[in-house]
Amino acid sequence: MAESVEMVQLLSADGIMQSGATAEEYLPYIEKLSDDELRQFHRDMVVIRRFDVEAANLQRQGQLGLWVPSMGQEAAQVGSARAARDHDHIFPAYREHAVAMVRGVDVLGIIGLLRGTTHGGWNPAESKNFHLYTLVIASQTLHATGYAMGIALDGLHATGNPDKDEAVIVYFGDGATSQGDLNEALVFAASYQTPQVFFLQNNHWAISVPVSVQSRVPLVQRASGFGIPGVQVDGNDVLASFAVTARNLDEARSGAGPRFIEALTYRVGAHTSSDDPTKYRTDAELQSWIARDPITRFETWLRSRGEGDAFFAAVDEEAEDFAADIRTRTHELRTPSTDKMFDHVYSDPHPVTAAQKQWLEDYEASMGSDS
Amino acid sequence: MSEKLITNTDAPHHAGSRDGEAPRPARKAADTAELPLAKAINAGLRKAMGDDSKVLLMGEDIGPLGGVFRVTEGLQAEFGEKRVLDTPLAESGIIGTAIGLAMRGYRPVCEIQFDGFIFPGFDQITSQLAKMTNRHEGQVQMPVVIRVPYGGHIGAVEHHQESPEAYFAHTPGLRLVSPSTPNDAYWMIQEACRSNDPVMFFEPKSRYWHKGPVDLTGSAAPLHASRVVRTGSEVTLVGHGAMVTVLLQAAELAASEGTSVEVIDLRSLSPIDYSPIIASVRKTGRLIVASEAPGFVSVSSEIAATVTEAAFYSLEAPVLRVSGFDAPFPPAGLETIYLPDADRVLEAVDRAMAY
Repeated sequence: MAESVEMVQLLSADGIMQSGATAEEYLPYIEKLSDDELRQFHRDMVVIRRFDVEAANLQRQGQLGLWVPSMGQEAAQVGSARAARDHDHIFPAYREHAVAMVRGVDVLGIIGLLRGTTHGGWNPAESKNFHLYTLVIASQTLHATGYAMGIALDGLHATGNPDKDEAVIVYFGDGATSQGDLNEALVFAASYQTPQVFFLQNNHWAISVPVSVQSRVPLVQRASGFGIPGVQVDGNDVLASFAVTARNLDEARSGAGPRFIEALTYRVGAHTSSDDPTKYRTDAELQSWIARDPITRFETWLRSRGEGDAFFAAVDEEAEDFAADIRTRTHELRTPSTDKMFDHVYSDPHPVTAAQKQWLEDYEASMGSDS
Repeated sequence: MSEKLITNTDAPHHAGSRDGEAPRPARKAADTAELPLAKAINAGLRKAMGDDSKVLLMGEDIGPLGGVFRVTEGLQAEFGEKRVLDTPLAESGIIGTAIGLAMRGYRPVCEIQFDGFIFPGFDQITSQLAKMTNRHEGQVQMPVVIRVPYGGHIGAVEHHQESPEAYFAHTPGLRLVSPSTPNDAYWMIQEACRSNDPVMFFEPKSRYWHKGPVDLTGSAAPLHASRVVRTGSEVTLVGHGAMVTVLLQAAELAASEGTSVEVIDLRSLSPIDYSPIIASVRKTGRLIVASEAPGFVSVSSEIAATVTEAAFYSLEAPVLRVSGFDAPFPPAGLETIYLPDADRVLEAVDRAMAY
């Protein structure tokens, strides 16, 4: 049966800094952060939540076909993303909006995915190695593992120089833990001792199916069966998410092999704008998680350290401006040229795509110009 | 000058009897080697790995064992464990990690142990590998080769004799090729390794042990070109892989019965090089497409439809297909009935001639 698992938490739900052996172990990672860096955590979380609300509104107004809300998961995402170094590689699933923003992605690219203007949205090479969203559950865990195998083959981990060492972090959810691809990724990662962190955001629901259907044991325990050290963290605690990820990335970079983090969090919103969570979960459960909100607790802690109203008001204003800019630019996003269907099916010239592109051009020309 | 050697097949029954072909030019011994098809792929892989340090092999049992067909024999000893990876037993894992390695700048060559074992990797091939460059709008290339021993004639158990190429030919973003001779195998595997797109390299496993001349100093023919391997005037036969040998046998028998048959080795299944096929059909007026795979929604169906569109007024008879039956590949005791042989091809030749 399930053993009890100790969850790493630095800030309690009411914003009180924790003490004790586990907290002491991770506090050094927090003590290295400057006040500005701590403020940035808050800014990241507030801005991306406002973005999330704006995108949901745009969907309701018919501007997006679908929206994938991230509300409630900001601390797990911001904490882990801020722990990665610029030269690390990040492989997301499709709800990692905060991670994208932290890596410098223009999150209008995410809007484009859901407005039907692109399947990609950004260039990983120009976005601090934040790779594209992957919609087939757990597929990206193998890509991340292969990439990490490449780092190892290149000899760019365990060099003894932490500034040179690289690592990979891959995001996935509790539903993904049932997929074969994640399990194969864990096998390959263990076999090749890849410099890699598996970051599970357990938001407790895979659309309408509770995590109890995916696993009878805490998911973090799965890792040990693969020979991979695992740790469970309070994913609504941005400081704990940061510290645990920083430490595990350091270990992976140093050549200690792959690591597994289970961040306990909650999908406060629907799976997507097409979902109706009231059909399968209780309001009492939802309220119990809202009481553990990641932004509220971090704000409480910042205020306890002397941060004043002016800072929080300025962040709120920044978030409003960010959302307004997204709204404006969403309306400006246009359907791409039909060339986009054909131009990158292959890298090398291909007779079929070339002929069909030409055919479509001729066909459209034959229909006259009404565009 | 290498063209004559490239057009050779290793089928002994047609040697010296092809219509309209000049005698093979004499060559120095060092330029050519007489190799079985499996060894030719081995030599081609060795050359590709020597030419480009980013080429690496990955698959099940491909290290010390050299693969169940010994195609990679000796390569791990020569290039080391970082260039020849014995992977865990997981096809999706092999393809999925190859995608990540390609993102990192490597050029992985994956071995799938048997045709029928490719399906655990189907999702990574069709939903990820094939679409990755498109999804990235050209910002990422996917130079991944997937080697697939395929087809029957080896008397093996279920899942070991299948021809799954149509599943992949249906997927934009993939390239599919299949050599029929050792010489093509040697050159085409190198071309596949040089491709910046995913290439599925279908190896006709029943031909693995058949020897043929390999021109080691020539140059590669275009990877996606089909080729006339026997000229004739009344019927055109098209096929790929092991079927080419059957078609050449059928052509020989037809010739003895007074029917002149042209044979085209498809070589590439996606894209298909139609020029030699259509030129041939304009000459013969009759086309028969043969494959071991089931005929329903097959590469053969596609060729039949396209040639009908492109050369309708040249056709003297409907395009006919000679295929495996639309039933699961049978127990090996029935494989000679299931797989098209020269007689089944000749029956179709007779039907085409009767129109």
